[in-house]
This record gives sequence, C-alpha cells and structure tokens, in this order.
Amino acid sequence: MDLDLRKSGHGIGSNASLQSNLVLYSYCHSSCSWRIRFALSLKGIPYEYKAVDLSKGEQYSPEFERLNPLHYVPVLVDDNVVVSDSYAIFLHLEEKYTQKPLLPVDPQLRALNLQVASIIHSSIQPLHMLNVLKDMEKMFCAESKPWAQFTIDKGFSALEKLLKDFAGTYATGEHIYMADVFLAPQITLAVQRFDIDMSKFPTLSRLYETYKALPEFQASSPQRQPDALIHNP
Amino acid sequence: MYLYNDIIEESEVKERVGGSATDTEIEMEEKKLKLYSYWISSCSFRVRFALNLKGLPYDYLAVTSFSDPEFLKLNPIGFVPVLVDGDSVIVDSLAIIMSHIQYLEDKYPDPPLLPRDIHQRAINFQAATIVSSSIQPFQNYTVVKYIEEKVGTDEKLPWTQSVIGKGFMALEKLLKDHARRYATGDEILLADLFLAPQLDTAIKRFNVDMKEFPTLSRLHETYNEMAAFRKALPENQPDAVH
Repeated sequence: MDLDLRKSGHGIGSNASLQSNLVLYSYCHSSCSWRIRFALSLKGIPYEYKAVDLSKGEQYSPEFERLNPLHYVPVLVDDNVVVSDSYAIFLHLEEKYTQKPLLPVDPQLRALNLQVASIIHSSIQPLHMLNVLKDMEKMFCAESKPWAQFTIDKGFSALEKLLKDFAGTYATGEHIYMADVFLAPQITLAVQRFDIDMSKFPTLSRLYETYKALPEFQASSPQRQPDALIHNP
Repeated sequence: MYLYNDIIEESEVKERVGGSATDTEIEMEEKKLKLYSYWISSCSFRVRFALNLKGLPYDYLAVTSFSDPEFLKLNPIGFVPVLVDGDSVIVDSLAIIMSHIQYLEDKYPDPPLLPRDIHQRAINFQAATIVSSSIQPFQNYTVVKYIEEKVGTDEKLPWTQSVIGKGFMALEKLLKDHARRYATGDEILLADLFLAPQLDTAIKRFNVDMKEFPTLSRLHETYNEMAAFRKALPENQPDAVH
C-alpha cells in the first residue's frame, strides 16, 4: 500500500536549502508522535511527515508492518536506520543530532530527565492507549475513562512529587529538556481527553501553562499537522 | 540534591555482595552502590543483571513495603528499583541503566553495554523500550490487581498473555536478523538486559508458550547459563519468598 501522499508535507522548520533525510511516520492525535514532532521542532530539524491514519487502520498495512510489527506510531526512518518507539527515537535523535541538546550534561539532572520521561512512557501512556482502553471496556463491560483517570492520577502524583523541588520555568530547571518533551503532550491529553483535575498537581499545571505558549509545541500540536484537516471533528 | 545519608545508614542491609576485602575493595566499599530492590520485580531484575555483568558490588536493600515512610523519604514515588550512588538517587530501571551507561563505560569499560555503531545502538534502544513500554506495564502488579478485582482471575491471565505475546512477536521480528549468541550479536548489550528478565517473567509467572518465538527461546537458554543472570534471578535474592 502506498501511504496517501496528499497527507505528506514538511515539518515546521523545513528549509528548502537543507537536505533532509528524516521521514517521520506520525498520526496527528498520537501523543507519542507529538513527542517526536516536538523534539524535532526544538532541534530545528526538517523532516518529511508521512501520515498514518490510525482511524482507518493504516498501521496494519503490509508496508507499515515492515517498519513496525507492533503497529504503533511514531516510526522514524533516518537514511537506512529505522527506529520505532518514541523513547528509542528520542535517544537516537539526541545522539546523532547534537544541536540544541535535550539532555543535560550534569549526571543527576540527566538521570532525572530520563526518569520523568520513562515514567510517562512506561507507567502512564501505555495504560491509556486506545487499544488498551478498548480491551478494558470489553473486559469490564463499562466505560474505560475511570481506568485511564486512575492510571494518570497515579503517574501524575509521582511526577508532582519528583519535580516539585526541581522545576523552574521548565520541568527540571530553566532549560527545556527530555522531561518536557514527554510531559507536554501527556498533560495536554490528560486535560483535554481524560478530564483530569489539574488542581491536584500545581507544578504540572504551571508547566502546562508554559508549554501551551511555546511556539515549538504549538507547531507540533495535532491541529497543525498535515493530516489534521481530515480529522477535525 | 538528595541528602538522606542518615536514612540510608539506618536501613537494614540484607546482604553484601562480594568476597573478602582488599585495599581496592575497601576503597570500593566506601563508594559501594546501594540497590533498593524487590525480588520479583522484573525492573529491579534488569538493574541487578546489569550490575552483575559489570562486576559491581552493591548493597541489596530489600523493600518489603512500598508505603514505608523511610523508603518514601528516599523515593517519594514509591517505585523499585532505586539506585543510590553516593549523593545520587535514581529511580526507574531504564533511567538507572541509561544514566549510568556513560559512568559504567568510563569507569568499568568491560563489557560495554552499548555498541558503537549507530544502527546497532538504535536496535538496542528499540528492544529495551519495547519491553519497558509495550510489555512490562501490563504485567505490573497494580494493573494485574486492578483487572483481577474487576473481572476475577480467569480473565486476567489470558489478557496479560496476549499482551506479552504481541510484544514478543515484535521482538522476534526485530531481532531475528541480528541475534547470534545474544540479542543483537555476539556481545551482551542493552537489549539483553531488558529481554532476559522479561523472558524469565513471561515463562515462569505468566506461562507464556514460547514455541512461536524460536529466537527468544534460544536467547532464554543462553541467559540461563550465565552466572551474572542466575545471580540476579528473583529466587536467588535475599528477600525471595519460596
């Protein structure tokens, strides 16, 4: 299957004179894809956007199966290197594209950023992804939103405790790093889709206000992606 | 900065790993790592395996209650594993391993945990994150208990098995063209640190049928022959319940 080329386009920051070998398979509403779009935007790296319409099941096409047999977005193709999973993609980008570092040099701060990102990536987001929510609804014969709220509240409580002594303008001080790249889409999703009461999490709530105003975060937001036109409600 | 040395010193040390002390070992002893671990936690298992591979002695501090106020002071989010390295307190196995890779590589270069080649590095990152994000969260105690409370034991196991199976299918495809003795070649690397505990957990705790995963099965047999892995096995920890 040839993915619909009408939905391709260049990410924000694209410069005609810059050679870009990066292709990002993304879905506008995927928070994991949003992390990588945000990271690429912060680093100022141009890329080709290849839309994968999850609502049409395009992630199950034979072509996409070869890229990622788990059928998840995002997938990054960087010349002959194919990386799926947003945490792995982030590490690859951070190692290979050293402009605008998104991990600090200080070992303890570095560990904190890896930790925050890992909590979101491993302990929160997997538990409320769409496939899992569908499974829960089948098993419970009930609405799955309470389950999602339960897992997000638990994760956010941990993050609030972890960050309250470190956060400045951003999650781990005055510079934007990996923790922010993973937090920003997660908080947005929690508020907009799962109606999480953020008054319980004052640090995260304040960070959310900061992220909303960031041009790079706005540029990578779902409604600004090439495939968003087809998905406006 | 975490400065809870008093709390750490008050913690009961369940076991010291290592033999008799020499001058070098005395020096190492003063800087010895402390690992807060729970025997059956596959995330703790990853870190134990990594430390054993590097030949790093550490104090094993068994966490018997996740709401223990002393433990929560050290780690307010109440997860295991936690690694205390001097003044540093690091939680979360992926963060522990990733943040320590440079430190471990510089100070204890053999064996390396990541290859030099950028393509091979990406495959190791990917295998590690498939385990840590697409499999392990669904076999986590909190999740399994929640499901069990809602629908009972009978539905919990098949669901967890199907999630593990999907992740293993992806790993099998990712690794089949790269695996030799180990997951991504002839050296043990990051992918193995995450894969080995996951395979052990899937087979022993969730009764996953491995015949559809020949590459992973073979790797599992290889890991079981390794002293560093056997030493890290849940049943061999000081707090193991038999």
